Amino acid sequence: MTSTETPTVDNGVNVGALLDARKALADAPEAAQFQWRAETEWIKGTHSRGTVRTFRGLGAEQEHVSTFTFDADHPEQFAAEDQGATPVEIVLVGLGACLTAGIASVAQLRNIQLRSVKATVTGEHDILGILGGDPEVPNRFTSIKVHFDVDADATPDEIAALVAQSQKRSAVYDTLTNPVPVSVDVN
Amino acid sequence: MPQVTSVVIGAGHSGLAVSKHLTDRGIDHVVLERAEVANSWRTQRWDSLRLLTPNWLSRLPGYSYRGDDPDGYMTAAEVTAYIEGYAKEIAAPVRAGTTVTAVRRTDDGYVVETDQDTWRARTVVVAAGGATVPSLPDVFEAVPDGLEHRVAAGSGEEGVPAYRNPDDLPEGGVLVVGPSASGIQIAHEVQASGRQVTLAVGEHVRMPRTYRGKDVLWWMDAAGVFDDRYDEVPDLARARVLPSMQLVGTPERITLDLNALTRAGVRLVGRLAGVRDGVAQLSGSLSNVVTLADLKVKRLLRTFDEWAETDGAELTKDLPPGEPVEPTMLPESVPLELDLRSGEIRTIVWATGLKPDLGFLTALGDLPLWDRKGRIRHDGGVVTASPGLYVIGLPFLRRRKSTLIDGAAADADDIVTHLAGYLAGPA
Repeated sequence: MTSTETPTVDNGVNVGALLDARKALADAPEAAQFQWRAETEWIKGTHSRGTVRTFRGLGAEQEHVSTFTFDADHPEQFAAEDQGATPVEIVLVGLGACLTAGIASVAQLRNIQLRSVKATVTGEHDILGILGGDPEVPNRFTSIKVHFDVDADATPDEIAALVAQSQKRSAVYDTLTNPVPVSVDVN
Repeated sequence: MPQVTSVVIGAGHSGLAVSKHLTDRGIDHVVLERAEVANSWRTQRWDSLRLLTPNWLSRLPGYSYRGDDPDGYMTAAEVTAYIEGYAKEIAAPVRAGTTVTAVRRTDDGYVVETDQDTWRARTVVVAAGGATVPSLPDVFEAVPDGLEHRVAAGSGEEGVPAYRNPDDLPEGGVLVVGPSASGIQIAHEVQASGRQVTLAVGEHVRMPRTYRGKDVLWWMDAAGVFDDRYDEVPDLARARVLPSMQLVGTPERITLDLNALTRAGVRLVGRLAGVRDGVAQLSGSLSNVVTLADLKVKRLLRTFDEWAETDGAELTKDLPPGEPVEPTMLPESVPLELDLRSGEIRTIVWATGLKPDLGFLTALGDLPLWDRKGRIRHDGGVVTASPGLYVIGLPFLRRRKSTLIDGAAADADDIVTHLAGYLAGPA
């Protein structure tokens, strides 16, 4: 623990705005209905490019400040050209990013200064499932582990509570740990 | 049409505490009770249930436990007798067997319609109980046919009978949904009856029965945690929906936490998240909900220790040091699915909470009385949308202890003070 004259904690998260939004949206629940979007275009082989630009929320169409792209492919061990991360790795990236953002927000709210946060996300996967080599093996990860290294002005229990609370408020964690109806159609 | 200044709806501990304060202030009133005094305790709780709170912690205005076991826990029958004794002692003007059917506004107050008389009153205090009707989650509808269902407590109005005791259940496995006080107690006694229990665990509030030799609720009371106020707590919406404390009142003062259930043979699984094709889908978040609960109880005990070193030094100087919190154990691998058609599970006990039954207020019409979840809007029990209308006995109404018998005294005092001010008119 360090003590300084100025107790102002700055993790770069505008918690005031988030708390104001929570209060405002509780009174106007329709504005809280968001739709997130990604477009994926096949390029060649197992290589595709995902594009993220627009979303809907706060009762209107919204747009990111710029367009983000995500190349996805498979590694050479899959006889592919490895033009990007595998889709399953992108899922792990999403989980790590969501929990890390949560830690920063919760730390800001709890007045805890972060110095560094590093998540190592690993997913165990029996690929006989996706290869169709064993009908008993599911396609999904058999387990996912997230290891956090957090350096912050806080006790170990306070840091553990940040990490636990970030899971409690994480959209990706919730999506991965609970069933979500997924519908796929084609024109 | 009979007329009083105030109608109190419900003759449980809250309604009677309000009645006592009204009497003390000389406000004429009547207490309308659909059945008998302390009806929920007579009819809506399972056989083995005892109060979670020690006997000494059932203080009502002008009344307290006078038996020889202040640290014990009353059975439901003893609670009934205790509350009946209170009604007699304060000579509460109770009209038993009077079911309120509608509350309507008039120019100068309210009309309260019942299956007996219709009353006129300037003010109405709703003390009809915060835990009357079982709250069943949406997933209930998706459960395949062929299983027995029980609700942990309540009036069984949704067509599901209330749980009474293990003998009331068929042989075979039991899924208990919800790790509340009800859920863990029922899981424990059903497992002890020889039926394999699976407990679906979402968020919960872990509590040791005792800490440093004193009842944990002694600490909550003495250190002031129970007195946390509704207008000062940081996240009131969340505080009002917290699951009940995982406690059981037994003569042996046992701690009944998830570890105790595991040792008894109960199988823990994640929250019941859905049912698809007859298979229950269990959340993968179990390890996080137990971590949250472990961290939270450690923080609470630290709060007690900090109080013991400062304001509580005199009261706690002879107490032994604190015991560390044992982490909640989980098996290496927890199933994520449970086939409800396999015959392994024969009964589901829904310990998913209770809600108040305030249907008689809908006759008030278009006032903004309800929030988007259908809960009554109130400011510490004052229903601001309808002046002269009050509620009491709801979770965290004015303080953390609002749903305890012991919370009724202070809440009733505050509410009757407000009510008297309302009757007096603008100063």
